[in-house]
Amino acid sequence: MTALTVVDDQAPGAEAEPKPKRIALVASKGTLDQAYPPLILATTAASLGWEAGVYFTFYGLDILHKDRLPKLKVASLANPAGPIQLPNLLGAMPGATAAATKVMHKWMKDAAMPEVPEFIDMAKGLGVRFFACSTTMGVMGVKEEDLIDGCEIAGAAAFLDFASEAEVQLFI
Amino acid sequence: MTQTSAIPGVAERPAPDATLDTSGLLCPLPVYKASLALKELTAGQVLELVTTDPGSLADIPALARQRGDTLLDFEDRSTSQIFWIEKGARS
Repeated sequence: MTALTVVDDQAPGAEAEPKPKRIALVASKGTLDQAYPPLILATTAASLGWEAGVYFTFYGLDILHKDRLPKLKVASLANPAGPIQLPNLLGAMPGATAAATKVMHKWMKDAAMPEVPEFIDMAKGLGVRFFACSTTMGVMGVKEEDLIDGCEIAGAAAFLDFASEAEVQLFI
Repeated sequence: MTQTSAIPGVAERPAPDATLDTSGLLCPLPVYKASLALKELTAGQVLELVTTDPGSLADIPALARQRGDTLLDFEDRSTSQIFWIEKGARS
């Protein structure tokens, strides 16, 4: 992992190039369904030629967690728009979350949408920066070696420094 | 410059230097794959892009505008769309 610094990756002699646009996203949710929006937006922004960075904080940090990333789930409880429609009483039953998660995976597969880990690879391949919230790591006992490769550990000030130069900032 | 397109039924269109078919793929995949295809081209070359995502009619012009490419032409075939994108000098 590298320290959070502003990287000047413009080629020598390219000073006349216009500054690229930038998007700064906060990913605060750790469910399978909510892992998609920040990754889709970051991947799209990078495809448009923008700089893109995602700050993974609180439950969103699960998306960068090696062990938790493959096990992201869709909530069956208190999720009236979820893939299976259940009264909350039944949504709390054992197996309901697993069933909702299975349906979401099938939706994505049938729509030829990449799974979350593949989106992460796509985003990384385009140079999207992944910031892991250092406070979340401390609060939840997440170690640097628990995270997928290529994350930058950062606190709020470092992320805001990145976001202050962004034309688009979204909290998800 | 026009020549026969690689797409059947499309006669006189900007000569494509590359063709990309994203049929069946949803946002953001057409934009993502188109940007990768455009990276392989040099300025002035043309990408012929086939999409079926209905959002593409809004997305592909946005892609060209944001990247600094030129959307030369497009054809809306109700269930699919074809775009001809000329790579820009700065994209």
